[in-house]
Amino acid sequence: MTGYISIRNLHKYYGPFHALTGIDLDIAEGEVVCVVGPSGSGKSTLIRCINMLEPFSEDSEILVDGVRVKPGANLAKVRTEVGMVFQSFNLFPHLTVRENIMLAPRRVRRTRKSEASAEADRLLARVGLTDHADKYPSGLSGGQQQRVAIARALAMEPRALLFDEPTSALDPEMVGEVLDVMRDLARSGVTMIVVTHEMGFARQVADRVIFMDGGAVVESGDPADIFAAPKEARTRDFLQAVLDH
Amino acid sequence: MDLFETFFNLEVLQQSWPMLIKGLWLTLKLGIASIIAGLVLGLFLCLLRLYSVAPVRFLTRCYINVFRSIPLLVLLIIVYYALPFVGIRLSSFASAMAALTLVSGAYTAEIFRAGIEAVPKGQFEAAAALGLSPRQTMADVILPQSVRIVIPPLTNNSINVIKDTALASVVAMPDLLKQATQAQALAANPTPLIGAAAIYLAFLLPAVLLVGQLENRMNRGKS
Repeated sequence: MTGYISIRNLHKYYGPFHALTGIDLDIAEGEVVCVVGPSGSGKSTLIRCINMLEPFSEDSEILVDGVRVKPGANLAKVRTEVGMVFQSFNLFPHLTVRENIMLAPRRVRRTRKSEASAEADRLLARVGLTDHADKYPSGLSGGQQQRVAIARALAMEPRALLFDEPTSALDPEMVGEVLDVMRDLARSGVTMIVVTHEMGFARQVADRVIFMDGGAVVESGDPADIFAAPKEARTRDFLQAVLDH
Repeated sequence: MDLFETFFNLEVLQQSWPMLIKGLWLTLKLGIASIIAGLVLGLFLCLLRLYSVAPVRFLTRCYINVFRSIPLLVLLIIVYYALPFVGIRLSSFASAMAALTLVSGAYTAEIFRAGIEAVPKGQFEAAAALGLSPRQTMADVILPQSVRIVIPPLTNNSINVIKDTALASVVAMPDLLKQATQAQALAANPTPLIGAAAIYLAFLLPAVLLVGQLENRMNRGKS
């Protein structure tokens, strides 16, 4: 089968370093996939290849909804369909919260200002930040900034969302509010690929968990199976190390 | 009191005042013209330095390094006294403006470059991930942030240019300093020099304070 997102033979080199060693992966529309694994295992690199923030080897192939990811018109189309949330939020500091959310719809989709503004307010309500629309990002906590970043990604009405360790830069007490929003999203039917160290979230929310190590997918499957009875020794070691803390 | 009579002689100041104002006018004209020409040259050099082909990038870097190293007074004297030997004869105003612009342009180019490079990589990535084109990314995301970053150092550079206009008195340009030294010779009293210093301060001290405020505001704006 080919998925909504289909990855074939994905290789990525940083100079001589082989960061992704031939990954094959299919993700169905509406599926929520959590990618876990030790740092340096290639998890972030993998999802950054999907919207080509990282260029990858020419003989590799990534399709999003049948469109091949390559520079030019294809990439522009894929990027309007696939949203991304970063570890460090990357909100635009010179724009207010509402303007951050409106920018892409206004520029890329040419949405009318009044319409984009109304949509921004609707999205802010959805992530629980109605009262913060006119503030600048620097006036918000980390958790609030990340929720704005999610709203900003949603403004383009993406069919898939990539999350690159969305809670790793947050103070512990703010992790919950971001995960709550993501849990909500998962129920809404949008396709999600989440690189995360939050094993509890992966266990509860994911349809499938993928364990990566050394630039390859070591094991993947139902979260209940992976967490209860990992088949591979490397998965067992990793889970033991993470869950014992 | 003698000291007061010597350095703060109001009568002498009153007499020399029209000369000083005439000098001030020329100083401001030279300063502002050089600042504007330096900004244009600097932006042009910065774009070459960042986005042109390798040999041009290399030459631009050489230019920037040379003109940041050469003492302005040396450059000015070369332009005014040496270039006539190869048939290039510039007025004292043109010589001073050329020297100030060549140097200011080199500094300005580095300020602009730092401004663009200081915008974190994540900003480019967030814009790209949202589907903004490279041009939209520059116009809506990167440059607005760069401008805020470069305003304090650019103001600083402009203050330096205004201060350095005083060097033009060496090539006999009747700027504020030159007028003051002439008035001093006429009156046999140093009060015009004190007056000139006070006028420089009246213009530049507020500018220096403004830079401090801009820098503070910038730091507060950081997340």
